[in-house]
Amino acid sequence: MNAEESYEIRLKVNGETQQITAPARRLLSDALRGELGLTGTHVGCEHGVCGCCTVLVDGAPVRSCLTFAIAVQDREIRTVEGLAADDGELHPVQEAFKECHGLQCGFCTPGFLMTACALIEQNDDPTEEEITEAIAGNLCRCTGYQNIRTAVRYAAEISRSDKT
Amino acid sequence: MTPQSFGKAIRRTEDERLIRGRGSFTDDAGSAGLSLTMIRSPYANARILSIDISEAWEVEGVRAVLTYSDLPGRLVEPLPLLIPHPSLVAPRTQYILAKEHVRYVGEAVVAIFATDRYVGEDAAERVIVEYEPGEAVVGIDAALGTDLVHDDVPGNVAADHAEHVGDVDQALAEAPHVLELALDMERSMGSSLEGRASHATWDRHSRKLRIQNATQTPTSVRFAVANILEIPDEQVDVFAIDVGGGFGTKVIHPWPEDILTAWGAIEYECPVKFTEDRVEHFISSSHERAQRHQIKVGFDEEGRILGLDVDFVHDNGAYTPYGMIAPLITATQLPGPYKLPNYRVRFRSVYTNTVQVTPYRGAARPHAVFSMERTIDRIAAFLEIDRAELRRRNFIQPDEFPYDLGMIFQDGRPAIYDSGNYPELLEKVLAMIDWDDFPERRSQTPPGRRRGIGVACYVEGTGLGPYEGGHVRVETGGKVQVSTGLASSGQGHHTVFAQIVSDELGVPFEDVEVVTGDTRRFQYAVGTFASRAAVMSGNAVAEAARLVKEKAIQIAADALEANPDDLEIVDAQVQVKGTPARGIPLAQVAVLANPLRYSFSEAARAATQFAGAGDPDEPPIKPGEDPGLEATGWYSPIRATFASGAHAVEVEVDTATSEVEILRYCVVHDCGRLINPLIVEGQIHGGVAQGIAGALYEKMAYDEDGNLQNASFMDFLMPYCTEIPEVEIDHLETPSPLNPLGIKGAGEAGVIPVSAVIAAAVEDAEGFQINHMPLFPSELHEMRLRDAEVSE
Repeated sequence: MNAEESYEIRLKVNGETQQITAPARRLLSDALRGELGLTGTHVGCEHGVCGCCTVLVDGAPVRSCLTFAIAVQDREIRTVEGLAADDGELHPVQEAFKECHGLQCGFCTPGFLMTACALIEQNDDPTEEEITEAIAGNLCRCTGYQNIRTAVRYAAEISRSDKT
Repeated sequence: MTPQSFGKAIRRTEDERLIRGRGSFTDDAGSAGLSLTMIRSPYANARILSIDISEAWEVEGVRAVLTYSDLPGRLVEPLPLLIPHPSLVAPRTQYILAKEHVRYVGEAVVAIFATDRYVGEDAAERVIVEYEPGEAVVGIDAALGTDLVHDDVPGNVAADHAEHVGDVDQALAEAPHVLELALDMERSMGSSLEGRASHATWDRHSRKLRIQNATQTPTSVRFAVANILEIPDEQVDVFAIDVGGGFGTKVIHPWPEDILTAWGAIEYECPVKFTEDRVEHFISSSHERAQRHQIKVGFDEEGRILGLDVDFVHDNGAYTPYGMIAPLITATQLPGPYKLPNYRVRFRSVYTNTVQVTPYRGAARPHAVFSMERTIDRIAAFLEIDRAELRRRNFIQPDEFPYDLGMIFQDGRPAIYDSGNYPELLEKVLAMIDWDDFPERRSQTPPGRRRGIGVACYVEGTGLGPYEGGHVRVETGGKVQVSTGLASSGQGHHTVFAQIVSDELGVPFEDVEVVTGDTRRFQYAVGTFASRAAVMSGNAVAEAARLVKEKAIQIAADALEANPDDLEIVDAQVQVKGTPARGIPLAQVAVLANPLRYSFSEAARAATQFAGAGDPDEPPIKPGEDPGLEATGWYSPIRATFASGAHAVEVEVDTATSEVEILRYCVVHDCGRLINPLIVEGQIHGGVAQGIAGALYEKMAYDEDGNLQNASFMDFLMPYCTEIPEVEIDHLETPSPLNPLGIKGAGEAGVIPVSAVIAAAVEDAEGFQINHMPLFPSELHEMRLRDAEVSE
């Protein structure tokens, strides 16, 4: 059996456009981790249920394990590596997860950070219900979610105070 | 003064890299090389008739396709039995690749080495394995029947074990009242979000095998790999940098894939990686829980337990790599905080054609606590005594420590409780949940709902030996490097060990850098399990720091021409007590500690002013001395230290949907002195969440042919944030007298009494007995129907 056909795929990740060569079936999660070396995006279930692999595509949370890399050419992809500012200053969600002990092993964390980032950037004063709604698609086996909720709440608070 | 950091809610040093996406999990390691793909058995019990791999070889990118008959050397042997026991009469472990027979769905049969996992799975589709299926033994009833999992293990009994204290038969015969209970619990699993993984590279120039492995015990993986591959230990390094959760599963080693990746890296002279996918984690790692208990209890009019007789069956799955540790823990932890003058326990650990059962967070204590606490509640109901009061009457009292259970614990040492205050735990949790006013709250239950309350207590043996070690080294640049051999998987070890060293040595917390689980840094260790890491490595790094401090003070005393007794270390400076002006920075002491003083830095140049001429008739390093400001400390306890706790929960059950809603969940926890309350509370939150998962949502749904029908996160109902309530926590700090820091383990505690306490609350709400966990709405509904039938 011969190797399958490869394609030139343009991926715009964290503001930088890069070209990779990969078969059409290459998942975005594998392309980010393998071809681009952005291993901050984790793969926990490969069937779109755990949320570890969540990245933002044009600002909306997307399961990168259910997305073909070739399907998001030229779209704005944002990963955990693109959360902090260029000078290294942490994004409010990063700051909050650290402050509130919102992570333990850290494996699910990038998915939660990206999900929370999408929430906070659209709505920096979410209700408890809105927080639950936002993060209810991400699994964490370590924290029991309590400190994650607190962290999202606090991230919103930091975000609001940054604007004043 | 250097501020004390022990006891403070210091933010974790681990987080900086993890929140930036700069963690280093095993699958993050190099993408070049080969990927290992396994073909697993689709049958629970079958003979392998033939394997045709010819077409798989033709897939471009395939480097090798192996079956059992291709394995070299010691790879043909069954994997090691890690923990033997005299009562484990028929231990069995699996082969790296199945030899003639498969015994569970998921057992490894063929290994494919290919350029990546995509290609490996293409090739896997082209392998044809012919099986002759037999009857699958699934569940405890089947295990006790006539079909066998291993032809040479009669009755499917791996272990048959009994222990007793006092005379149970006489106690039961003479007891005014005797009750019997039949209880059982379903299977679940650790289900860490990162699965198993190993990445092996072979450097043919230095002849070194370097393995990054998602393990709780790197030192043991190293010795296992070196032994099985028959190469010197010195050629193998194993490290676990970041591990995405373990929960017990990752203490098992070596897995077939650990050996195959290591062997493949040498054989093919290129990196080899295995990363388990989610289905594989469900069907080819480990499960736990699943026991069935028969209990007979005798008690007096006041509800004091006179005799307890427990006979249980433990489903150990198809193999016993970890021996009979899980059921042994159930047996010895069942008495909990209660005085049992006459206690007898017998268990049989039996084989089934299912995934192997090894400890999962709590390690078979949830079953023990479920049995003991259900028993206490049943006695209370029979005598119509308040459930809290019945517990008070049976508690071991604070003045009765050390309290000898009269049994042998999992570490092979006597089970002797070192310290605790069970009555106070109970009173605190009752006050927290407002136990006495519950009738008032119940009277206000909304229509369509039933309200109930429950309380449960536990004792947990933690901090087991045999030992851990720690190494502390002060660098000439001033950083303090700490290492210990056990691995971390989210427990915040890097933070708490830095807190301990910072205090012991007198240096700022920020100057301490900790490495865990790297055999290049520390070669001897036991591992992270049994709530032992903080107790064992915490005390070991503390000892190492004390030795370094002693050495620093001796060196500084020579340099300052002062009496060592007059010196102290404050803020990383060795100084005359209370006189900061007369001192030397620790970094300069580190320079002085090495007689070769090349001046690579300002500190080194500055230190030379202190260097005396030395005695020309003595060698620069005197007998018994070592160069460098460093030391290794060890901690090896005589026995385990016993933590404890009490949980209380208030629930509402829906009369129409049978759904259980948790209104309040309260925890009072005693793990001795708290190193970092933020981290301890995080551990409790996570433990309680796993407990609630096991109590209300999770089970391994095997069909009668041994297929795991819910082997995905769509069907295995691991809770999201929508299922887990806020947990309210308070602490009691009863120091352990067994170790200098007075600490006890905290990692597993949260999970232990959750099934028991939720069963108690639902029983209180419903008014009928709850004998089975987990409580799915469908099962609770069935129980209601049965109860209605009986009542008619």
